[in-house]
This record gives sequence, C-alpha cells and structure tokens, in this order.
Amino acid sequence: MSAEKTLIRRFRESDFLYDFKRSPVTVVSFVIVMFLILLAVFADLVAPTNPFDAGSLNLMNGFTPPMEPNAFTGETFVLGTDDQGRDLFSAIIFGLRVSLFVGLTAVILAMVLGVSLGLLAGYRGGWVDAVIMRTADIQVTFPSILIAMLIFGIARGLLPPHLRDEVAITVLIIAIGLSEWVPFARTVRGTTMVEKEKEYVQAARLIGLGSGQIMVRHILPNVLSPVLVIATITLALAIIAEATLSFLGVGAPPTEPSLGTLIRIGQDFLFSGEWWILLFPAFTLLALALSVNLLGDWLRDTLNPRLK
Amino acid sequence: MLMVDFIHVEQLHRRFDLSEPWLARMIYGRPKRFLDAVDNVSFTIERGKTYALVGESGSGKSTIARIAVGLLGPSSGRILIDGHNLHDRSLSEAEHRRIRQRLQMIFQSPYASLNPRWRVGNILAEPLRTFSLVDGRQAEQHRVQELLEQVGLSVSDARRFPHEFSGGQRQRISIARALASRPDFIVCDEPTSALDVSVQAQVLNLLKELQRDLGLTFLFITHDLAVVRVMAHRIGVLKAGKLIEEQATAELIASPQSEYTRMLIRSAPRIRKHSDDVR
Amino acid sequence: MTDPILSVRNLRVVFPHRHGELVPIDDISFDVKKGEIIGFVGESGAGKSMTGAAIIGLIDPPGYIERGEIWLDNERIDQLDVRAANRIRGRRISMVFQDPLTSLNPLRTIGDQLVETILTHLPVNANEAKRKAMAGLEEVDIDPGRFNAYPHEFSGGMRQRVVIALALSAGPELIIADEPTTALDVSVQAQVLDLLKKLCREHGTSVILITHDMGVIAETTDRVAVLYAGRLAEVGNTHELLRRPQHPYTRGLIASTPAVEYGDISTELFQISGTMPRLDALPSGCAFHPRCEQALDYCASHRPELQQDGVACWLYADG
Repeated sequence: MSAEKTLIRRFRESDFLYDFKRSPVTVVSFVIVMFLILLAVFADLVAPTNPFDAGSLNLMNGFTPPMEPNAFTGETFVLGTDDQGRDLFSAIIFGLRVSLFVGLTAVILAMVLGVSLGLLAGYRGGWVDAVIMRTADIQVTFPSILIAMLIFGIARGLLPPHLRDEVAITVLIIAIGLSEWVPFARTVRGTTMVEKEKEYVQAARLIGLGSGQIMVRHILPNVLSPVLVIATITLALAIIAEATLSFLGVGAPPTEPSLGTLIRIGQDFLFSGEWWILLFPAFTLLALALSVNLLGDWLRDTLNPRLK
Repeated sequence: MLMVDFIHVEQLHRRFDLSEPWLARMIYGRPKRFLDAVDNVSFTIERGKTYALVGESGSGKSTIARIAVGLLGPSSGRILIDGHNLHDRSLSEAEHRRIRQRLQMIFQSPYASLNPRWRVGNILAEPLRTFSLVDGRQAEQHRVQELLEQVGLSVSDARRFPHEFSGGQRQRISIARALASRPDFIVCDEPTSALDVSVQAQVLNLLKELQRDLGLTFLFITHDLAVVRVMAHRIGVLKAGKLIEEQATAELIASPQSEYTRMLIRSAPRIRKHSDDVR
Repeated sequence: MTDPILSVRNLRVVFPHRHGELVPIDDISFDVKKGEIIGFVGESGAGKSMTGAAIIGLIDPPGYIERGEIWLDNERIDQLDVRAANRIRGRRISMVFQDPLTSLNPLRTIGDQLVETILTHLPVNANEAKRKAMAGLEEVDIDPGRFNAYPHEFSGGMRQRVVIALALSAGPELIIADEPTTALDVSVQAQVLDLLKKLCREHGTSVILITHDMGVIAETTDRVAVLYAGRLAEVGNTHELLRRPQHPYTRGLIASTPAVEYGDISTELFQISGTMPRLDALPSGCAFHPRCEQALDYCASHRPELQQDGVACWLYADG
C-alpha cells in the first residue's frame, strides 16, 4: 500500500469531498472556474485567431454582430468583433489569461507578504506587532483600489517612458498585491497568537528551537486553512481590482488587453448599438468573479467547524 | 546538602505586571499593579523522587512549573538542577543545551500538546534531531520505536497523526516525547486532569513505572490530593504564591499542620466512605 | 417515596451520519423519584450529557429521539411542540451547566435575571418577584445586597451558586445538573454540592447530577446510574452500588479512582485497559467486552440487557 494511494483514498472518503458534492452551487462554480482557467491556459490552442497579431486583423470585419456574417467579408464570429475587426471570442480568452495571471500572482504576493508579517506580528508581539498592525490599520482606511492606483502612479512616474508598457503588468501585480495583504496578516496574526500559547509550541521551545523554526515548522502549518479561504476570496477581489484599474486606463495596456481593458473599449460603443463588445467581456468577468467568490464562501463554511 | 538533593528551588519569586497600558494610566491616573504569583518559595527534591506541588487555581503552581523548565524566568531566586542554574545568563549556549536536555515537561492538555499537523514519528524525532542525539535515519527510527514501546504504544503508531489517538494515548505520546532526550528531571503539569479516571490510572501507573526504571525525578503539579497520595514522596501546599506547608506525603495527609491543608483534605470527595474495601 | 417524577422508557437517540447512524443513547430506561438525587456517571462519550439534553428537549439537530418515551409527572414530554417545550424548560425542569457563564447573561445584573425568570414562569407581580429573587439569593448564601451586581463581579463558585438560585427560582420539579462543579476548585466544589443537596431536600426538588467523578457521586447522590457507550451498565442505590459494585466496569471505575483516604507511593492503581469505544466503532455484543477481564465468549456476540437486579452483564444472568 503506497502512501500516494492512501492519500487518494483518504481524500475520497473525506468530509471535504462529501460536503462538496452536496452543494450544487459549489459544484457549478467549480466547473465554471476550472473551465475558464483551462480556456486561459490553452488560449493559443482554443482561440480561433490571435487577437494581438495586427497582421491578421481585417478592418473590414469591424463591428460584426455575433453569429451574423459580415456584410463585406462574409465571415462569421461567434461573439462578434470590435471596431478593429478583432474576434471578440479570442480577445476574451486572451483577456481572461491576463486577468487570471495578474489576479493569481497578485494574490500569491499578498499572501506571502501577509502571512509572513502576520506570523511575525503574532509570534513576536510587542513593538513588532504594533508597527505591523498599525501600518495595516492605516492602509485599510484607504480603499485598496486607491492604494493600487497610488503605487501604480508612483511606479509609472519613476520608470522611463519606453519601459512603461513593458512592465505595466508587473507593476499592476505589485500594486494589487501590496493593497491586499492586510486580511492575510490580520487573520494569521490572530491564529498565531492562539497557537503560540498552545502546549506543543511550549514543548518546541523546551528543546531549544529558535523562534524562526517554531514559526515556520510548527505554527505555519496550523494557520494555513483560513489563509486558503482568504486567498480564494482575495482572488475574486484582485481580478475585479485589475479590471477596475484597466477600465480606468491605468492597468493592462491595449496591446495586452485584460477583461477590464476590453470592457473599457466596449463601453465606447455601448450607446452606438454595438452592445456585444461590452457585454461579453463583462459577462465573463462576472462569471469568473462570482464563481471564485462562491467557492471561497463554501471553503470558509467547510473549513470552519464552528459554523456547521 | 547540595550533594544529596538534586533539585534546589531557592527563594523563588515571580512578579507579573498587570498594569494597564501607560497611556491609560496617565489619563486615569492609575498606579501600576503587580501580582506576586510566586512568593519566596523554597524546596528541594531528592534524586529519583517525586515532589508534588498542590494548590487551587491561582496558587502559582503552574508558574513554578514553567520557571522550573525555563519557559519563564524568575523575578528573583534561582532553581538549581544538579548544581546548575538554568536561568544563569552567563552560561554559554552549549552549557544551556546540556541543561535543557536534562529536563523536560509533560503538559496538561493531551489535545494542545501535540502539533496536529505532525506525524507521531516526527514529533518524537524532533528532540532527537535538535539535540543531535542520533546519527542517521536508521538510528533515529530505532530510537523512536524504542520510545513508543517504552510508553506502551506500538511501532506502527509512528506513522499516524495525533488526532487518530484517544486522550490517554496522546498523553503517552507526550510522555514519549519528554523521554526522548533522556532527561533525568521531568515536570508533570496536571498530566491527568483532562483524562477519564480509567485512563488516568493507566497514565499514573506508567509514570511510576518509568520513574522506577529510569530513576527519574518528578516535580508533579496537581490540584488533586487523591492523586498526590499515590504519586508523591513529598508534598508542598501552595496558596496564593506562598508555600504554606511541606511534609512527606503520609505525614502531610495524616497530620496536616495548617488549617488550609486540613480544609483541602476535608473537601476531597470520599468514594470509599460507603465501603471498607473494593477489590 | 411515591410515583416517579420523571420516567424514561427505552430512550434511543440517533444521529444520522453519512456512513449510517450514530447512536449515542441506546435503549435507556430509568425513573427519578420525587426529591431524590440521582447520579449519572460515566466517562467522556458514555452519553450522560446527551441523556440530560434529551430529557429537556435540547438535542442538537440532526440528532433526534428515534424511540422511547419521557414522562414528567404523568405527562409525556418527548413529543411536545416548541411552545409547550419552552413552558416546561425553566418552569418545571431547569438546568445547571458546567460553566456558569453559559447560563448567565454577562450584560445584565443577576437580580434582573432572577426577576425575569420568576416573572416568566410564575403568576406574580414585579414586587413579589423581586422579593422572591432576594430570598433566592439569601438561600444560596449570597448577600442580597449584591442584587445589582453583574456576573463578572463574582468568583466562579459564587456564580455557580447564583445559577443554582436561578434554577430553583421558578420552583421546578427537576433540576438537571451537568458537571456543575467540574470547573471549580475542590474546596468550592464541596460547598456547591452541599448547597445543591440541602436546597433540593428543602424544596423537594429532584436532581439528575451528571458527572464523571465517582467521588462526587459518593458524596452527593441517593441513587446512581452507570453509563457505558450509550447504555446503562448498572443502576442502584448509591450506598449499595459503591459497597458492592457488580458490573466489571463499575468495579473498575471505582477501583481506578484514587482515594484521599488511603494508598501510598507503592500503590499500583487498578487500571482498566483500553479506552471508551468511539460511537462509529462500537464493539458487538456487550460494548465493554474488549476491556473486560472477565469477558466470556458469549459477551462478544450477545448484548446484555439491564436486569431486575440493576446490572447489564452476562456474569449475573441466570442460566
């Protein structure tokens, strides 16, 4: 009996899977999220055209409504085209890729930062705790989108103009990551303060382990389940933050459009009747953010035995 | 005297600062407040014997336990373990390690004292690794197995997680971990107060057996006089941080000197009052 | 003594579970006589608290009473609707929990809480209720001058005395006390138990005292029921049962409890091997047989029922 086999069996018999299967909303959310992630990962294979290849675009195809042949070229596009004649379906898939990439990396950044600072604050206490948590308190008095814009603006101001578009995505990630670390830090700090009083931590201190080893080897594994929940919920926030920034024109550049950029482009045409250019990217964003959020809610309920 | 007694607790004092934050004190003009949790306590323990500290909540018994193993520093006074002062800051790191290796603690809660994410094998191996007591994986596994058998668990238990065990078995794992570094002084902080009686008896018997076999010296912290009666050679009674009475076990229970001790003995429920013998 | 104040017949409580069902209480029957203190003793997981919860109608869903009847003074109370059940709770049956803070509202004075309970359950006016509340406090040796004090201003033992006053305030027929002194120091425990005993005698109130401590049973109760894995192992008069325990589990439980009266460092405590089985892994036959030194082959396959002599064990079965 290999260890791997028992792990699979343990998972199959676990309450986790059992709870999951009993919540249809969660199953649907999970399917939607997985479907969108797969679309984004295999964008090159799935998308009918490459929306960024300016050479393949035909301006004559501009403003083709969904499922109708173009008046000039006779080509049909499932979700229509935008003003440039870009296939909207392909643009959405590639936009999804940018949105998910930015969202996920930003969450990982926020998580690493928040978990480390939270552990440190909770374990050390005293002035370390005071400095970290007061910083967090000050930061949450500003809307996170404002912080992200601030960081974004400063970075753009410092960078030479020719680099701006190239590193726009990186700057976006850092901006969102830095604005979302607080919930991680607060939760981890609280759990750490509870865990560090437990006797297993005292037993580790007794044999002379240093604080670093105790934090990483003993406490960290015990504070991770709430982190998973926050990460999921923050992912939805990060995706929306990215879309908001891009919508405001300070995020992903038009050369590398995310869902937010597509929505911004689309809203120019909403009142002239080309509704699909706005609506389909917006709907994709909604489906993604909502599903991730619902998954997060379910995770929170499942991992928190007190709510059961 | 210093030669005979293994553990020396000398005029131990521990004060806790319970004051409000300085800003609140400034605004409301309140003075600092202190609690003397341990107040000038002295006693000695002979090698291979059990000394019990008995007291109710707030008596300072757990504070003494934590000072004795170095989880907490004394405000004044000292504890000598075989002549070495654990809290002596002038000692080198290596000397500290040598002392630490000789003392261990068994905690009250069988649930909180084992890291829920660690396998039992790793829990037992950690002190071995930290004190560099074994060479190589094989020797480590061997020692872990030996420890498991010593406390009446099976070798295959090393692969399981703490939550797969009952409270009594978990307390055995805790004892095995305490034995890992081959200490000669173990502080037992209410080791059975969270256990059912039938299991409590198992754990108490195991501790006594280990003391006989390994020559361990115990500082036994408890509130239960009935448990102390079968566990301790000597008893000290604590009240509000002060050691108010100390005697050999039989004498203390037969002829307590202080009114407080008499009251404690009187309050203990008597299960045998209905019969002269059961079993 | 006369008719039982409480009568439980063949009570079975079931919790549906994904791998079938868990049965924390299986076929328990007993009577509580008027004015007596009956002890429920057993180790964690024996089902003693669940029995109390079933009587007062507070089993957490998804658990439910699958079978059996509970009669309070010739009125069946296990199938009442919410409103009728609420009329019984507090008025005719009240509870005392381990942690007094679960029964006391931290934001209101103890006097307020007493008066409110009395007004809810008894047909009296506010003045009369206050007078009764004061008298209640006096009964539990708490200065009625502290009528307007908040729960946090009292020590643990005093709080538990306030809870007892609260439990007695509506003149109930039965009090269920679930580990009422487990969180208290021994010296305080003795006082609280004495008080409970004295007041219930004076008011003629019956008590179900749930505890894991044989010592508390010995000091306090008239009769005792020993539970093991959701079933009654032995029931009897406390004095008789402690003097001549029959079921091997009862004997083990008594023998493994250290006694302040005797023993010394050389005493090897009697120990029962193993632990209480989990509800999802109950042994067949007599649930105690894997731990029983005197188990017969028969015990592993046949479940013993509680006999007339008050013991559920094949060692005492005829034939």
